[in-house]
Amino acid sequence: MNNLAVLPNETKKTKHTKRFKIDKKQLEAQSMVWPGLIFLLIFSYIPMYGLIIAFKDFNLIDGYFGSPWVGLEFFKEFLSYPRFLQVLRNSLAINIMQLFFSFPVPIVFALLLNEIKNIGFKRVVQTVSYLPHFVSWVIFGGLVTVILDPKGIINFILTSLKVIDVPVLFLGKPEYFWTIVVFAGVAKGFGWGSIIYLAAISGVDQSLYDAATVDGAGRFMKMWHVTLPSIKGTIVILLIFNISGIIKTGFDQVWMLHNVLNQSTSETIEVYVYKMGLVNLRYSFATAVGLSQSVVSIILLMLSNSFSRKISGESLY
Amino acid sequence: MNSITQKNKILRPGLGFDVFNTVFMLVIIVVTLYPFWYCLIGSLNEGYDYLKGGVFLLPRAFSWENYRIVLREERLITAYRVTISRTVIGTVTHLIFTAIFAYGITRKYLLGRSIYLKYAMFTMYFGGGLIPTYLLYINLNLINSFWVYIIPSLFSFYHVIILQSFFKTIPEALNESAMIDGAGEYRIFFSIIVPLSKPVMAAIALFTGVGHWNAYFDSMVFTTSTSLQTVQVYLMRIIREVEFAAKMAAESADLIPGLRRPNAETIKLATMIVATAPILAIYPFLQKYFVKGIMMGSIKG
Repeated sequence: MNNLAVLPNETKKTKHTKRFKIDKKQLEAQSMVWPGLIFLLIFSYIPMYGLIIAFKDFNLIDGYFGSPWVGLEFFKEFLSYPRFLQVLRNSLAINIMQLFFSFPVPIVFALLLNEIKNIGFKRVVQTVSYLPHFVSWVIFGGLVTVILDPKGIINFILTSLKVIDVPVLFLGKPEYFWTIVVFAGVAKGFGWGSIIYLAAISGVDQSLYDAATVDGAGRFMKMWHVTLPSIKGTIVILLIFNISGIIKTGFDQVWMLHNVLNQSTSETIEVYVYKMGLVNLRYSFATAVGLSQSVVSIILLMLSNSFSRKISGESLY
Repeated sequence: MNSITQKNKILRPGLGFDVFNTVFMLVIIVVTLYPFWYCLIGSLNEGYDYLKGGVFLLPRAFSWENYRIVLREERLITAYRVTISRTVIGTVTHLIFTAIFAYGITRKYLLGRSIYLKYAMFTMYFGGGLIPTYLLYINLNLINSFWVYIIPSLFSFYHVIILQSFFKTIPEALNESAMIDGAGEYRIFFSIIVPLSKPVMAAIALFTGVGHWNAYFDSMVFTTSTSLQTVQVYLMRIIREVEFAAKMAAESADLIPGLRRPNAETIKLATMIVATAPILAIYPFLQKYFVKGIMMGSIKG
């Protein structure tokens, strides 16, 4: 009882002193963070506010405030477009395929690389496999285009092996686009993606492996029962990130490989927003499409996060 | 003797797997590097001869002509100048701007710290998207300005997180003793924190530098003038716009004497090599810093 009586008094005191602690040190620290905060206000929060044009019929002359409100008209419009449904289908198909491959491949690669005992060779493999990550999508897309050219090496191998009779223009066929774009994405990212798992694997307690050896576990048993459970946390966190990204495709990889011929399967939401907004100058319409996409991906992030918290106790926040 | 045979017996079950694994890794190396090799040999081949196809292992009709055409292109030289400027200026300004913020936000006595952090964190999950950003840049007069490459990429909260987790490992006692000696926070930052944070600063500088070097989207969307075009956009036009390279081939046939029928395909390949070479040349030396950098970032997660 006695203690409680003293307490309010004390908090008051600390509050009091805190308020007057705005000294030189505090001012300096504040001056260090305010430029960044103002930057975010201008370059992140103002565009967020700019999203209101999705509900307005925006034109450059009347601006944000003068343009008339139209409510959900643009949302209704794009939902009723057959072309939009095609775009949505492409985005989802590419992303689900991407999730299916680009998520497990780095894990498998890391596990296999971990089994390479020659340090020098391991380092060479790592260096080479990280390389595509540092090459821009412009160049990587160019390489993919060159390799898949009717005169390129893939067609040469396939015709030599009599798999196909005549060279195929792979990038001109809508039916191949999803496979190509997903394969290109995996090829560019799996090496770099494996680093985080390799780090997690190197942190696994060696005594667990020794104990498993004593119990007679072979290589695969150790991978399955020791390594994988030990890096479970890392895997789950990255899975959450991947799932929330299921509606967002990287613009670059699609942009570099899409063309008029494969348009029917290569136009994703990002490409559609770009074309509608900055080529056709339908600002409000494009913003409505982009906003819907962001909202869906945030919902997916929250869902997958809470799901994983229930299942495994791991979560982002 | 006995122990050796025993050892062999234990090793043998895994041997097949080891062989498979090594071969598999070799295949990965070949598949990753071959496309670059293919471009290189194609670019060193005579254009007309290349069109007959089948140049897969070595140049068949060796020639420097593609490089002679590519390297005398004014537009490529301008593009290189833009890319180098934005990479150097962009990286230095980003590093200073972001690191000062990261240092300030790690000060525990900073009033409003947790609000600031939430305010910044939110921007990682949600943003305005392409069109509102474009409209903002119109209002800020950033469209068709060199500064569109620098100012919007001054700050990255992701890099703040990496820096923050590093700064936290620096003992607080260093700060306190410097404070007692009368140094202010800026002084402490520049003469104590920066020298101690070289590895993390180097990693972030590299990530930012590569980002600038590879960036094409801002150049493609926010600028229209060729004098602001980056190497990547120039390359993209050569790769994707058929007429662009074809025109170059036709023009160079008149301008450079002694060329044997150049063509768009090999010019494309030579440009790709010229644009990739700097990255390929420095990458093996910098690779370990990148890896360190991503490790530092992942400690938090």
